[in-house]
Amino acid sequence: MDTIKSKQVTFKVFRFNEETDYLPYYNTYTLDVTHEEVVLDILNRIKWDHDGSLSYRRSCRHGICGVCSIKANGKGILACKTRLFDLVETFGSEITLEPLSIKRAIKDLIIDKKDFWDKHAQVQPFLVSDIEEHPAQEHLVSPHDAEKLLEADYCIQCGACHYSCPALAINEEFIGPAAFAAAYRFSADVRDEASLERLHVVNEEAQGVWDCVKCMECAEVCPKEVNPIEKITKLHNMVFEANIAKNNVATRHAVGFAHSIEKHGLLDEGELVRYSEGNIGVLKHVPVALKMFAKGKIVLPWNMPKADKLDEIKKLVKSSSTVKF
Amino acid sequence: MEKLKYALFTGCTAKESTPEQMMATLAVANKLGIELVELTEASCCGASHLQDYDDFLSLVLNARNIAYAEKHGLTMVTICNTCQLNTAMTKHRLDHNAELKAKVNAKLSEVGLEYKGTSQITHFLYAIIDDFGLDKIKEMVVKPLSQFNIAPFYGCHNIRPSELQNETHKGHENPYKPTSLDDLIIACGGASVDYEEKNKCCGFHAELQAPRTAAILTGNAVAGAMDANADWMVTPCPLCHLKLDTQTHHASVAIGREVSLPVLHMQQMVGLALGCTSAELGLNHHVTKVNFV
Ligand code: SF4
Ligand code: SF4
Ligand code: SF4
Ligand code: SF4
Ligand code: FES
Repeated sequence: MDTIKSKQVTFKVFRFNEETDYLPYYNTYTLDVTHEEVVLDILNRIKWDHDGSLSYRRSCRHGICGVCSIKANGKGILACKTRLFDLVETFGSEITLEPLSIKRAIKDLIIDKKDFWDKHAQVQPFLVSDIEEHPAQEHLVSPHDAEKLLEADYCIQCGACHYSCPALAINEEFIGPAAFAAAYRFSADVRDEASLERLHVVNEEAQGVWDCVKCMECAEVCPKEVNPIEKITKLHNMVFEANIAKNNVATRHAVGFAHSIEKHGLLDEGELVRYSEGNIGVLKHVPVALKMFAKGKIVLPWNMPKADKLDEIKKLVKSSSTVKF
Repeated sequence: MEKLKYALFTGCTAKESTPEQMMATLAVANKLGIELVELTEASCCGASHLQDYDDFLSLVLNARNIAYAEKHGLTMVTICNTCQLNTAMTKHRLDHNAELKAKVNAKLSEVGLEYKGTSQITHFLYAIIDDFGLDKIKEMVVKPLSQFNIAPFYGCHNIRPSELQNETHKGHENPYKPTSLDDLIIACGGASVDYEEKNKCCGFHAELQAPRTAAILTGNAVAGAMDANADWMVTPCPLCHLKLDTQTHHASVAIGREVSLPVLHMQQMVGLALGCTSAELGLNHHVTKVNFV
């Protein structure tokens, strides 16, 4: 079979000019695209051949500067790295190109990224270190220590994760995956001295790591495989290790699993809610709990199932625990 | 075809708040002739929260669960998306890090166990789609769901991160356009409904810590399905089920619009099409009444 060299694709392109438009609209272009073309090539062709007023950001064209990120059929992408044929394979031959955040669109595919940079600023995204002005020798980081960054330093601040995060879309205080990854990147650096300050920032309710809904989208969307949710988990761990975890519903919810597993092997769902919320807080769950009880969805304490070989589990919880709360 | 046989990791939810899911799993496995050996020794997987507190403990416990599947020489099958993610993630980390694996095994040896890495891990959804086969299910349908528009709700932890998921099951599912559950709906004779939230998060894991976020996500999902004319929703995850089935009151308040739809477990949907009774499938255990059977 001959390899297909070109395909006809219909592009619906988001258009909006903050200065002249009340509402956004979409322009449609049908183009033949070749197998080596990336989304940025198409944007260039539309701009050069059809409508010179189309606006979008691009600079390096090599997946380094991070400015060209947009959404294609809802998926965050780098325009300069994403082949059209791959998109067509996933979504078919109708491709909708939109800015990363429609809410923040200024002109066509260009958005105001101020919120993104503000979140970064909250976590001191730089190395904080008292370095002598005239050091006698280099300050070397061993390969082993460099590995601790878990490639968080690969982030190019493209914003794809930030503008795909459902927690952030609802809760504007949430610091978000990219800035959390930056918080981890510098806090995990052996030369850094501001780790504790950053951990206090990410430990706050509403803005901090506890409000992540664990949807894994940031890991999926990142074009640099930074895996922000992995760093968020690390930040949780560091908060406990630094002994600054507050005694609140979020921390008790995480710790409650260990208690429950040690006792039953399994999770005691009702007890987890009670332990996390406290005896007063738990009351707000009573209406739903009653409805669930009526449908046989609540196991009473004396009927709580237990895992077989519970002694093994108890032993492992004792011997393998690495943190205290 | 040789009889399919798996080690079943039920997770906790199927034993507690979603008993109907356990019933339906067994009923469907029975109909399809799939043998499930329950891992009664298994502990909770930590539900993506234990690892925030104690990552190593979470690894040890999950490795122990997998070790029991290995003892049977069987692929582990999960029936909860989050169990699937936690278990598969543990496997991935241990299989790619000899040092970590040795550390975990040092602990497991205290109870006479070893994690070897010999068992695969897959979710029941993919077991029946990839291993059993959609065509065969189609042939076995006796009561097609042809009168229904059904909204698939995939749940995050079965589809993301895809790199990990596609390593452990044969789903090869694109999280931006997943198809497995849609295909299953169609195989059962129903019409699958397309809506924006089908591959989005229901918010379950932040329900206590970030109740507003969690409620809005649930509200958006149910509203999306309703606006796409769905008669009901279906999900492979008991946690998504709990959220969508029991929390619609909070969700409605949060989004300022009354939303509610019956939600079936994937196993219940297949069970109906295969002719199981609603009692066998535990349809009376739902908070949002299943009003069509
Ligand atoms: S996993 Fe958490 S941080 Fe990442 S996108 Fe989802 S909610 Fe946002
Ligand atoms: S973590 Fe990845 S997706 Fe997020 S801003 Fe950095 S490079 Fe972009
Ligand atoms: S994810 Fe839920 S159901 Fe699965 S084992 Fe963990 S607590 Fe139990
Ligand atoms: S709450 Fe449901 S949709 Fe969200 S991560 Fe958990 S399983 Fe996935
Ligand atoms: S143009 Fe620089 S990353 Fe795409």
